[in-house]
Amino acid sequence: MAKAFAITAEPIDPDTLKRRLEADHAGACVTFEGWVRDLNEGEAVDALEYETHSAIAAREGEAVIAEARERFPLIAAEGVHRVGKLAIGDCAVWVGVSAAHRGAAFDACRYIIDEIKHRLPIWKKEHYEKGATAWINCATQATSDASSRE
Amino acid sequence: MAMIDLTARYFAVFRERAGCESEAVSTSSQTAAELFDEVADRHGFADRRDRCKVAINGALAAWDSALAGGDEVLFFPPVAGG
Repeated sequence: MAKAFAITAEPIDPDTLKRRLEADHAGACVTFEGWVRDLNEGEAVDALEYETHSAIAAREGEAVIAEARERFPLIAAEGVHRVGKLAIGDCAVWVGVSAAHRGAAFDACRYIIDEIKHRLPIWKKEHYEKGATAWINCATQATSDASSRE
Repeated sequence: MAMIDLTARYFAVFRERAGCESEAVSTSSQTAAELFDEVADRHGFADRRDRCKVAINGALAAWDSALAGGDEVLFFPPVAGG
């Protein structure tokens, strides 16, 4: 059986991926693209770097898609997450589903992207225009020092 | 208390803070949680354990998983895919 989820270091091509969702009995297709944006919490972002444990991330991604197929009446479901260094505007993650009707397609696409963000071992380091960097969602040393003084 | 020898591997902010991708650890820790607390203290990891994940020998594991000699224990800081 073909893999439904992949981790890749190559650019994501949404148009090509979308064709894998096509089927004569599909009446709805919902896709999601996560793009690298130039601003996060007020800081100008130059570039992003994604790190992963690719084997565990790929396996967990497959599990998320399998769960979506159990929960919703889908015809096809696919996902790809890019890793490595990305530039502003690059597609970092793509999720696509097709179904007979739009309700299941919207719900499943949302389910898949939300679970991917919460569960896959993927980390995002932002490089700012001012030269600093930060791992998103991770505590900074400053925060730790502040809490240890309390 | 019996000591066991295993390998700890670090990712993202943990790797940077530990200054290495992996290290040999000789420990009296019996669970993944105990080992996390031990290395987090030593390397100054700032994230709370309940926001992190652990994998043992290539598969995600529960924090109360028992450790055995030769295990490879992977520590994952809070994730941020998407």
